[in-house]
Amino acid sequence: MNILHYWRAMWGIIGRELWRFVRQRERFISALVRPLVWLFIFAAGFRAALGLAISPPYETYILYEVYITPGLMGMIQLFNGMQSSLSMVYDREMGSMRILMVCPLPRWFLLVSKLVAGVSVSIVQVYVFLTIAWFYDIEPPLVGYFWVFPALILSGLMLGALGLLLSSFIKQLENFAGVMNFVIFPMFFMSTALYPLWKMKESSELLHSLAFYNPFSQAVELIRFALYGQFNEYAFIYTFCAFSFFMIAAVIGYNPSKGMMMKKGGK
Amino acid sequence: MKQSILGVGLFSFLVSLSMLSYSVQAETVFVTLEKDNALAVVDPIEGKLIKIVDIGLRPRGITLSPDNKYLYVATSDEDTVKIIDTETFAEVGQLPSGEDPETFALNPAGDRLYVSNEDDNLVTVIDVANKKVIAQVKVGVEPEGIVVSPDNRWVISATETTNMIHWIDTKTNTIVENTLVDPRPRAASFVSDNTQLWVTSEIAGTLMILDVNSKQIIKKIRLDIPGVSTDKIQPVGVVIDKERRWGYVAIGPANRVAVINAQTLEVEKFLLVGQRVWNLAFSPDQKRLYTTNGKSNDISIIDLESHKVTKSVGVGRFPWGIVSKP
Repeated sequence: MNILHYWRAMWGIIGRELWRFVRQRERFISALVRPLVWLFIFAAGFRAALGLAISPPYETYILYEVYITPGLMGMIQLFNGMQSSLSMVYDREMGSMRILMVCPLPRWFLLVSKLVAGVSVSIVQVYVFLTIAWFYDIEPPLVGYFWVFPALILSGLMLGALGLLLSSFIKQLENFAGVMNFVIFPMFFMSTALYPLWKMKESSELLHSLAFYNPFSQAVELIRFALYGQFNEYAFIYTFCAFSFFMIAAVIGYNPSKGMMMKKGGK
Repeated sequence: MKQSILGVGLFSFLVSLSMLSYSVQAETVFVTLEKDNALAVVDPIEGKLIKIVDIGLRPRGITLSPDNKYLYVATSDEDTVKIIDTETFAEVGQLPSGEDPETFALNPAGDRLYVSNEDDNLVTVIDVANKKVIAQVKVGVEPEGIVVSPDNRWVISATETTNMIHWIDTKTNTIVENTLVDPRPRAASFVSDNTQLWVTSEIAGTLMILDVNSKQIIKKIRLDIPGVSTDKIQPVGVVIDKERRWGYVAIGPANRVAVINAQTLEVEKFLLVGQRVWNLAFSPDQKRLYTTNGKSNDISIIDLESHKVTKSVGVGRFPWGIVSKP
């Protein structure tokens, strides 16, 4: 077994994911429309809400659209992570998972490849979103577009790993609604994506703590700082640790002899 | 040996280069802090507050002498205009401004200062060199905005309650004509070729463009901002660049600066700055614009090439007037 096998397998998986993404034009459009609806409609309504205090990485007063842009980038990746977990469940139901799993490569490698595939799709989506946002006067500094790339990789991996972990729990496709209700919505709304932490502290101390320890918040903050050419060390470490935890748990979860697969009768 | 000489040469070249760029870039912004009774000194390139200097009770209006050596600061509660050395910040004299001076204007030569005396309905004309009042011009009720035309022909006094623009001839110190404008005119500014006068109305929320020859309003621009309630549209400070490409209006509690195309007289965009923005000042090279945000206690720095607010710098309580020295 040499490195070439790994390389081929990885590209096979990524290529399949990208191909699927390109082919499903509706998926691409819906992935873009979601954050754009938030940007154009939701944010427009709250335009005047922000601009009362300046918090890093911003150096001056900003419109609400500017504030939620990194949150919406996180949202794209959150949905993407969950969607690839959905496709895992689908693959399992359809049987194509078996083809993947009989590949003579370590299971963790296959899962990582699957993850990288999902992340690359999400990054393409994010950059398209940023391009549209630019025409809407959301113009971060040019270096931001460069620095946000590594940040997006890490945040994408973390959210994708969470998706993988969840997919190891889900038995059937129908359960995805549960994921929406119990994972995506709480994670998104209880985060710094829509409102800054200091604003949350004004209303509820508990909400503030929940949002602070929400890994999605830290991923959004990592993206937010990177988009303005700054490095948020705490957010980086937190996101990295969360990724490691979710990933290890997902690998265990997909192990038929130990994890959740066992409970599902090794399906 | 050769290498070390080369090294030293290169080093000194780099040092002189960096000093050169430093001297080119050096600029100081002075901000009066109405509630702190002080003057804030800001480095606008670094975007940092350098120091705070005590200056007198309730400082508001501020102007720089043409040679950049002195600052004139109206300390309203001391009923005087102080002359401050821009290097040492020592008070070198006072001008007899009359009661409660708030705004004033210096003529281009720097030898006459025109002060609005809000409570007495007067414009006091001061000979700067002799520190003496040489004339007092009776104007309408509550004079505030005051400006001298670049050709030194006119002094404009805007009276907030009478709602008039008074055209005072600088030679005779008498009112030649009055123009009725929208309610509560707050500030006025001439375009550099003296052909137009721009006046803001705080209550009507308009910017009025007056033709200097006919002394009539030729255009009114309503400064409505989408998504901001109309009661917050209270324009105050107005400035126009030397090339007459852009004009800028501070819109008080709307927390925005309007960017106006000075050729087409259309609003191009609104820039978000701090709360209750009143007064504006250009950098000497007119590449940046500074705003005083009275309620959020900071100044905002606007890059005029990209028309973007780059930074807001906390300065102290109630920043009021602002001026920039090269």
